[in-house]
Amino acid sequence: MTDPGLERVLEHAADPVIVTGFVQIAIAAALTAVVLGIIYARQLGFEREIVAMAVRGLVQVVAAGAVISLLLAAHLAWAAVVLAFMIVVAAYISYKRGTALPGVFGTSLASIGFGAGLTIVAMAAAGAIEMTMRDLLVIGSMVIANAMQTNSLALDRFTGEIASNRAEIEALLSVGASPDEAVTEYVSTSVYAALIPTIDGIKSLGVVKIPGLMAGMIIAGENPIYAAQYQFAIMLMLFAAGGLTVVANTVLLSRRVFTDAKQLDEAVVDAIDE
Amino acid sequence: MDSKLETASLTRVVGGEPIVEDVSLRVATSTVLAVVGSSGAGKSSFLRLLNRLDEPTAGTVYLDGVDYREVDPQELRRRIGLVPQESALRPGTVRENVAASDLIRDQPVDDERVAKLLERVQLPNAAERDVEDLSGGQQQRVAVARTLYVDPEVLLLDEPTSHLDSETEARVEELLGDLIRTEGLTCVLVTHDTAQAERLGDHVAEFEDGRVVAEGRPEEVLA
Repeated sequence: MTDPGLERVLEHAADPVIVTGFVQIAIAAALTAVVLGIIYARQLGFEREIVAMAVRGLVQVVAAGAVISLLLAAHLAWAAVVLAFMIVVAAYISYKRGTALPGVFGTSLASIGFGAGLTIVAMAAAGAIEMTMRDLLVIGSMVIANAMQTNSLALDRFTGEIASNRAEIEALLSVGASPDEAVTEYVSTSVYAALIPTIDGIKSLGVVKIPGLMAGMIIAGENPIYAAQYQFAIMLMLFAAGGLTVVANTVLLSRRVFTDAKQLDEAVVDAIDE
Repeated sequence: MDSKLETASLTRVVGGEPIVEDVSLRVATSTVLAVVGSSGAGKSSFLRLLNRLDEPTAGTVYLDGVDYREVDPQELRRRIGLVPQESALRPGTVRENVAASDLIRDQPVDDERVAKLLERVQLPNAAERDVEDLSGGQQQRVAVARTLYVDPEVLLLDEPTSHLDSETEARVEELLGDLIRTEGLTCVLVTHDTAQAERLGDHVAEFEDGRVVAEGRPEEVLA
């Protein structure tokens, strides 16, 4: 075996800790089975979805672990390729929340790329993210995932606001407002609504929840105060990435719901209503 | 008499069906054109074409003899103001709604003008009232003041009293009639109420299936 990456994956796969991992999964699965039993007994009717979710999740996360294992031995440039791939997938998952909006995949791709990409590059350049494959992938994926979630929430809210405030938007157009001016209130509402989970996450830091990264660092023996500081820095990064993403996307999209003659586009409104 | 507003074969097709078809009408300066017809006859769709909230499929509109496609839509809508069927006010005070056109572009509000307009629509001293505390008729009058705030040359009224009870309807109608006459406004009024058309209109056009089927003086058309 000459390929160091593959060697590393095999080494990781043969580690006795993998057996421990399966035991832990089995214990957690037993608890899930209890929930499944309740769902089945009460005829709630979504036990199939739970099983499918669990199997899919297991396969995806183990595959991800194997890929990360492979990547840890790869050249650092691969980090950029993988993060770019993640951004494309994030945009694909997210755009489905606003398919009625024209060009929403492209704007989501550009916005997540801009928001998450700029944050990752800036933080890496400033040294807040170590230029190692491990840090770039782990922190980078967190930033992208958060940007995706924020983008999805913004798209969902924005389409809802357009549909339910059509009369108000057209009333403003009727007194000479530009399209941007007519939707500015709804853009702000969408941006704020999309950022609520991140804002609440920062508010509740350490009080309601010990976030995953901080918990992991403490379990791994890191100084808890440093773990807390680092977690806070990460939360601010998530906020920045999410904020940049949704501001960019709502600005790009708010123009696309209007025609060249500054009319609310009937086709878009009809598509939202469907 | 000079035409302030003129439509030339104005047509709008949606989903293959014409909802406004080949409408050619003239509205003289400082007169009221009342558009009547049953529900679904295309009256409101016609009105939305006049300030270009919707795009004509064919034909056009001339404002003072100029094809409105040559005018920037924002400027056009300031010159041809539309009062929508539902008042479509935003949460906030009466003042914030009347002066919405200034506030949305961070321009200073002309409070004197707001006060004067509120007097004109019989809502004196209501500037700081929350619009949610107003009755339907009062909200409709705020919507009229919001349109008049930008000082339009043409006023489009879409069923301005259809949501009101009969007593409020009579008051709002009287107020609109008074406003139109004293301000010398050119006006297109869409209404399903032929009696209202007769009271307010100088000229009447009757719509059916998107087409004008009768046109003339109220006593001729509505007889």
